[in-house]
Order: sequence, then structure tokens, then C-alpha cells
Amino acid sequence: MSYKRKDLLGTRDLSSDELMFFLDYAKEFKNLNNQSIKKADNLRGKTVINVFYENSTRTRTSFETAAKRLGADAINFTASQSSTKKGETLIDTIHNMEAMKTDIFVVRHNCSGSVRFIAQNSNACVVNAGDGLNEHPTQALLDLFTIREHKGSFKGLNVSIIGDIEHSRVARSDIWAMKTLGINVTLFGPPMMMPNRVDAFGCRVAKNMEEAVEGADVIIMLRVQLERQGSSTPFPSTREYSKFFGLTKERVKLANKNPLVFHPGPINRGVELNSDVADSECSMVLNQVENGVAVRMAVLSTLIKNRG
Amino acid sequence: MRLFIKNATIVNSDGTKKANILIEDDKIAKITDENLDADKVIDATGKLVMPGLIDMHVHFRDPGYEYKDDINSGSEAAVAGGVTTVLPMANTNPVNDNAVITRDMIAKAKARGLVDLLPIGAISKQLKGEGITEMGDMLNAGAVAFSDDGLPVSSSDVMRAALEYTKHFGSYVISHCEDCSMCRSGVMHEGKVSAILGLKGMPREKEEIMVSRDMLLAKLTGGHIHIAHVSSQWSLKMIEMAKKEGINVTCEATPHHFTFTDENLMNYDTNFKMSPPLREITDKEAVREGLKSGLIDVIATDHAPHNVDDKFTEFDHAAFGILGLQTLVPLTLKLVEDGVITLEDMVRLTSKRPAEILNLKNKGAIEEGYLADITIIDPDIEYVYDENLNKSKSTNSPLFGKMLKGAAVVTIKNGKIVWDFPNLMA
Repeated sequence: MSYKRKDLLGTRDLSSDELMFFLDYAKEFKNLNNQSIKKADNLRGKTVINVFYENSTRTRTSFETAAKRLGADAINFTASQSSTKKGETLIDTIHNMEAMKTDIFVVRHNCSGSVRFIAQNSNACVVNAGDGLNEHPTQALLDLFTIREHKGSFKGLNVSIIGDIEHSRVARSDIWAMKTLGINVTLFGPPMMMPNRVDAFGCRVAKNMEEAVEGADVIIMLRVQLERQGSSTPFPSTREYSKFFGLTKERVKLANKNPLVFHPGPINRGVELNSDVADSECSMVLNQVENGVAVRMAVLSTLIKNRG
Repeated sequence: MRLFIKNATIVNSDGTKKANILIEDDKIAKITDENLDADKVIDATGKLVMPGLIDMHVHFRDPGYEYKDDINSGSEAAVAGGVTTVLPMANTNPVNDNAVITRDMIAKAKARGLVDLLPIGAISKQLKGEGITEMGDMLNAGAVAFSDDGLPVSSSDVMRAALEYTKHFGSYVISHCEDCSMCRSGVMHEGKVSAILGLKGMPREKEEIMVSRDMLLAKLTGGHIHIAHVSSQWSLKMIEMAKKEGINVTCEATPHHFTFTDENLMNYDTNFKMSPPLREITDKEAVREGLKSGLIDVIATDHAPHNVDDKFTEFDHAAFGILGLQTLVPLTLKLVEDGVITLEDMVRLTSKRPAEILNLKNKGAIEEGYLADITIIDPDIEYVYDENLNKSKSTNSPLFGKMLKGAAVVTIKNGKIVWDFPNLMA
């Protein structure tokens, strides 16, 4: 076991060994998920609460599925239907749920750093299911798992991450993990959606869509996070976004042989991803979803072992 | 009542000398080599004796938010930090935008009797930025300057009127420089660290745009603009240019901006969340250089107490601001230790220039005939800044619980000892 921590908060401080451990462990669960009886007892008698302060379909369902397949009692907490609406603080909410002898919190929250804040103030294990613009580590793990599954290894791979980099926790978690594993990462997006100091990530930055896609083995298209943009519109129109920053079949041809196209979902079809790409054989969207369950089973199982 | 300070190392802005000080009632009666009789004698061997510190920017949260601090606890924190004169900001509840509130604040401070409290009135009614307050009336009641601190005045026309009107009365305007059309929910400095942490950033330019506007308005009106808590290199460049052009501008820097950078936020510690935010090393160095060169007129703490619940929360939701009064001396002494400023500069920045700006003729120096507002500092004392020392009702300081070096060990206000570092002078 090369992951000894109580929580999984991000990929920025994870070592190569820790990342590879999760990917290897997830393989066991992928095999299990392909059997007719998809059940293990790693979390039997344990309680996992999905604490979601933001709406989510696939991540929450994925974690819930993972917990249930491991035998846990998985409970979903949705902030919009809770005492949060009555003014209860985040930590009071967590402490109340902890008092119900919760073993693992899976937390999604709209504030960066909030999941770390919970982990520092809770005895339960905490998994970051996306905090603000900061990190979404299990998404990075499932992306890596899917890449390795199709490419065999990470050595010499070129990955391009394209779109709303500034507002993307997926991008951050992917960048940190991929850099640790020696992957060449290229970033590209509309200037208003790139951090002012994009050099903080230590990645190559492309000048246009063609340059971003050229030579890529993997293209990760990010969702335009319209709900995070605030009142100001960061680009003139979806039509123009698609024209200059969207992935088309023609542009995919500039990539290396057999490129993989990723998208964390949900896709804005015709904006960041054209349907002729989204539904093509290079699209990994559903593979990502499938592998997400296995990766999350590996994470939950590991943390519960570490908790003892 | 005669108080005698012997073996003092007296630090004034224009020099340091060894002497004894006789205080009679509320005045410095004599600076002498002689040993004189007194009702009480303080041996200041190894200590620095400075004029009482003047903090031109504090928040005492009174009236309205007394659970964070009030005028009594704020006064106690001030003297425990060596500060004998304070200028509390107007963002109280109700807002200090009329003479009644101004008088009430002064009366409360006088009743406690620890500090001179010189209120800053609001520029605009209820801090709405729409129309200026009855400034003449408030000045008569004891206010000394005007600011909507915390809420920048967005309307250039309102700011122009404020500068014109305060000039008429010989007062001045303090500007919290932010172009709020660029706010975008920013919670820290926009830079590499915000990119890494995924926190919304506030660019330097948000401050600099407003500094630029206010320089121009001061040029237009001839009014005196004082730029609060300068935090960026380019703000300072523009202030330097304005000063060279003869524009009536002064400015202040806070200890946290010359001590910390945005790198301190890497663990999402809400006690480092403040406005303007901690910036990058180049900005910090520019502030330190400005303090050294005299470009920055004063050090002010922007003492901003917040209840524990205001900080024990998600970073995005945490309140802006940190305590400052009781860490002013150790952080400024660190500047001296680092060779950035001299002890004389420290007096210039924390007492002499504030007294000049406020036109206080009997403060800002240890001189015969001056008011006996005196801070005795031990530059070598090491201690933990904790609940035993803290006089504020709040604890929102990243230095809370940390070991500090240097402190005000005795504070004298109007000739009376109002602070005595615990277990030290016994």
C-alpha cells in the first residue's frame, strides 16, 4: 500500500508512486465491474456520505455506485435541501453528519480549499469530488487510467488541455498529475479563460487551436463553465467560441495517430466539441465514465484501509 | 504626579540619544542627564524610548459590531501595542457619517482614557458613495479626516466634491483604492498563487486604476488625498510621480504588506485574507523601499478585528482583514533588523509623520513641552503572542500563537502608565 493518507484532496502533492498505486488498484475493480455480480465487501458496514454543495449527476452517481459496490451504506446529502439553507455553517453540517459515525465524506463544494478545510476539521476520511476552481483528483485519476488503458504507458505522451483553463478544477488536477508522471502538457483556451499567470502551471501554451491539437496523443476538451463566469460574458458568442476554440473533425486530423479525445462532461455539443467528434471512435467520454467507478472504488477502499 | 524614566535611549525621527526624562502631569517636563526625584521611576536600561505611536488606520467596530472589538477593547489593544493615538474608520453600524456618532465615539474613548481617538468620518452618507456627508459639522465634533474605507467611492464626481470640501476645512480624504468594476469575486491577489490555488484573484491594476484617478482628482482640486494601505509597485510609482508634480498626496503601508506575500496563502489560511490582498515579492519589496526612501509617509495597521466565525469558514466566505495593533512593533522592528529602515525611520513612520499630517503640534517627538505620550520598547524581548497578551476581542492574526520578538513594554499616555507588559516591570 503506497498511499497512507487519511484523505484524498488533490493531485498537486501526490507522488508518482501514489498516482500509480491508485491506477493499478483500480484495475482490480474494473475487472469486478465487468462481472455479472459487481460486489465486494471492502466497505461493508461503513457509511459514506456524498456531501454535494453543487449539482452533479455523473460524479455523484459514480461515487454512489462505487461505495455501494464496495458494500457501504451510501447516503446522498444535497445542500439545497438541507439546513445549509437555514444558515448552518459548513463545519457544523459536517460535524453533525460525523456524529452519525460517518466513515467517509465525498465532498463537492463551490469554494476552492473548502474540502481541505473539512478534512482538517473532521476525523472521517474526506475525498475531494471537486472544490471550486481548485481540484477534482478522481477525475484526473480516471483520465490517467483511461489514457494508460489505451496508450499503454505515459512515456513521451503529448496531452493538450483546451478550453476554460482558469475555471477548471479538472484541468488543475490533470496538469499536476500529468506533470508528475512526465507527460508533456499543452494548454490552450480563449485569453479571458486562461489564468493571467498561466506560467504557474509550467506547461507549454499554444497560440491557436491548430497548434494546440497538432501532435497531440490526447486532447482533453474542457466544458465551458458558464455558471462560473459571474455576470460578465467571457467570450462574444458560442458560435465564435466553436469557430476558434472548438474541436472539429478536421482539427482532430492534425493530432498524432489514433488520438484520444476526452471531455469531463457534460458536453456542450457544438460549442467545445462537435458531435462528429463526440460520437466518433476517438471519443473516450463513456470510457471515462466507466473507469470513474473503478477509480473511485480504489480510492474509497484505500482510505477505509488507512483509517483502520 | 512626577514620573521619571532613567537610562533611556531616546529615539526621535532626527536622532537617538541617551538621557533621562522627567514627566510632570501630562507633559514632558525635562530631558536631562541629572537624576531627579519622582513619584515613580522607570529604569529603561536596554530599552528604546519613542514618542507614542500614532495609528492612522484602525477599525474598532464600535458602534455596531462590538462582538469583534469595541472602543474599550480596541483602546486596550492599542496601548498594548504602544499606540497612543488612533484613527478609527467610519464603517461602523450605524455609519459614522454624522456628528452625533463622532461625538459618541470620542466620549466613549475619553471615558476609558487610554488613547486619543480621532474619528475618521464617512465621505458619503451611509457609505453609499452617492453624496458627501456634513463634513464641517463632523470636523467640529472632532473628526479629523474622511473615508469610506472598505467601500471605495466609485463616483469620480463624489470624490471630487469630497476633496474640494475637505480642502476648504483644512482636512483630507483617505482613499481605499479599488476599481470595483473589476472585482469579479476576487479573494486574493491575482497571480501565480491564485492560479495554482484556483482562487479568484484581484489584479494589482484594480488598485492602481483608482490610485491613478485619485491622483488626478487631487491635481484638479488641490485637495489632500491620503492613499490607504498601498500594496503595489505601480501604485507607488504613481504616487512618487504625483509627489514630484507637487500634488497633495500622502500614503500609508501596513505591516502585513511589508511582511508577507501571497505565497503565505498556499494553505488557504483565512487569516492571510485581507484587502488589499497580500501581493507578490516585487510589491513587498517596493513597499519596503518606499518606507526606506520616505515615499511612504506612514505605517498604519488597518487593525481589522473579526470574530472567529468570520474566519473559520470557506476561504471564499471568510471576512477580509487581520488584527494589527499588537503586532505593529515586532513587525516594524523586523524591518529595522533587516536593515530596511533605521530606528529613527521607525519613529518617522509611526509617529512623527502621522503627527505632521494630522497637524498635532505636541506629538510625534520626545521633546520638552510635548505631550507625555511615550512608548518604551524592548527590541529583544521574545514572547508568544497569545490569549494572555491579546487585548482584542478577536484573534484573527496569522501571528496569533506564534513567537514574536520586540514589544512595547510600557506605554505612557498623558503622563500615565497605561500598559505594562505582564510580569516584566515588577
